Amino acid sequence: MSENLIDVRGLTKKFGDFTAVNGIDFHVRKSESFGLLGPNGAGKSTTMRIIAATSQRTSGEVSILGKDPELEGPQIRAHLGVVPQQDNLDIQLTVSENLYVYGRYFGLSRKFINSKIDDLLEFAQLEEKRDVKVEALSGGMKRRLTIARALVSEPDILILDEPTTGLDPQARHILWDRLFRLKEDGVTLLITTHYMDEAEQLCDRLIVMDKGSIMAEGSPSELIRKHATREVLEVRFGSERNKVIASGLEQFCDRIEVLPDRILLYADDGEAVLESIVGAGHSPNTSLVRRSSLEDVFLRLTGRSLIE
Amino acid sequence: MTLTDSSRKISRFGARYVLEARLRNMFKFIWVIAAISFLNPLLYLISFGVGIGSLITSNMGENGIDGVSYLTFVAPALLASAAIQGAMDEAIFPTINGFKWSKIFYGMNATPQTGSTIASGVFLTVLVRTTISVLAYSFVLYLFGAMDSPHAYLAVPIAILSGASFGAVMMAFASRVTNEDLFFTIVGRFLFGPMFLFSGTFYPLASLPIGLQFIGWISPLWHATELGRYATYGHSISPTMVMTHLLVILIMLVLGLLSAFKQFSKRLTK
Repeated sequence: MSENLIDVRGLTKKFGDFTAVNGIDFHVRKSESFGLLGPNGAGKSTTMRIIAATSQRTSGEVSILGKDPELEGPQIRAHLGVVPQQDNLDIQLTVSENLYVYGRYFGLSRKFINSKIDDLLEFAQLEEKRDVKVEALSGGMKRRLTIARALVSEPDILILDEPTTGLDPQARHILWDRLFRLKEDGVTLLITTHYMDEAEQLCDRLIVMDKGSIMAEGSPSELIRKHATREVLEVRFGSERNKVIASGLEQFCDRIEVLPDRILLYADDGEAVLESIVGAGHSPNTSLVRRSSLEDVFLRLTGRSLIE
Repeated sequence: MTLTDSSRKISRFGARYVLEARLRNMFKFIWVIAAISFLNPLLYLISFGVGIGSLITSNMGENGIDGVSYLTFVAPALLASAAIQGAMDEAIFPTINGFKWSKIFYGMNATPQTGSTIASGVFLTVLVRTTISVLAYSFVLYLFGAMDSPHAYLAVPIAILSGASFGAVMMAFASRVTNEDLFFTIVGRFLFGPMFLFSGTFYPLASLPIGLQFIGWISPLWHATELGRYATYGHSISPTMVMTHLLVILIMLVLGLLSAFKQFSKRLTK
């Protein structure tokens, strides 16, 4: 087996005339946490389903754990843990029953699964919900249970499709904490997300996808260094005046982006830029200096923001 | 940390684990199922067998229909329709739930399980549920004295086979459903209703105008009922017809299963 757990070359997936994934290449190494970042419709979930050996590709080469998912789907799936975008728990069964029956789908012995349930419940912070029907759980709890369920077979790769979409901020932070723990334990993670903060927190390396293609690849800090400046100054002059004033501000920064509600000025020292534009007689209604993020990278690469 | 490859074991015995999970689901409703399984025959037998039966007896004599009492005549038909009803419930709801409501089949399919093992597991559950319904119904029929002939016990496997056959066909249909409201309307009003009323359940099929008899010919319920009557009271049909009825039921079983297996795999890997 090669060192790469996942190897994707020239992967293309078409649905009729529509090309969902257009010739992408990437690889994931052991114990790496790898992300697919992009807006809805970028082709992330399609890519994930092909890697999870539940969807057929149109062309290209895919090797998961050294095997071709089209030829050895069940063999590959025996070593994967999958957290789909939409929870698909057995809602009539209790929390612990869900973990149990899922382990059984892998053919694991009763004894083995029962020895794992306590740890998994602890991991998912669901000890007190052990005998509660899944129907009655909150969205965040269901999500954590789905992740715990994916771990019951001790997978070599954990695949998470939009793990925190639809959760409130508190539930997201609990989930990130859990995922971070897995990352520290050396579990190989493959994550899709359209949240740049999620990608920054969890991914060692990621690809930025848009319309089925890869726009950029690297670690979050590399991508920011390459495609954005260290800092960003956000100023607002009111939605009507932003566009008019923007042309006069270009000289003060490396790059400028005009959004409907605000102007982004890219520079290594945001405060200095703010001082100079105020010195030049401009008086923004509000101003904010922040570090550049993957959101800025995406904006630079595609001219659009991640969440529209 | 990698566990041994379980995919070989799953390709052979995977259905067993799907059955196990399905049974856990089913046993959450075991009291409902038990109540339906015993109350249904009780209500039907009292109203048809005893109620309408006494009317028929007073007009046509003690053995006025097909040479037997009305209760004896109607019992095998009710048994077969209970088998089919039970099989239908267990085939339709879990299948639509698995693909659409909770999408649990997609969760199963992310493991070494495949469309075929999942479909087999669901079908095995249909068999278990049908067997429970048929045994409960037969027991009540026995108490009413409708299972007295020496070959009456044969009505049990016949009913189970018919239920399984119809269940397989319904699995094939349910696995294609995207609009379940429409599907339930069609099944309830245009399939099960007419089938129940026009399959020679309450009167011999031959007493219908020939133009309506075809409903019986394509209805698994009629074939099952004819065989059931042959077993419980020696209803006279030729050996050719016995073989024909069995063949129709078996063909439906095989076609239903093949189609369901194909569609389960197709829909899960779309």
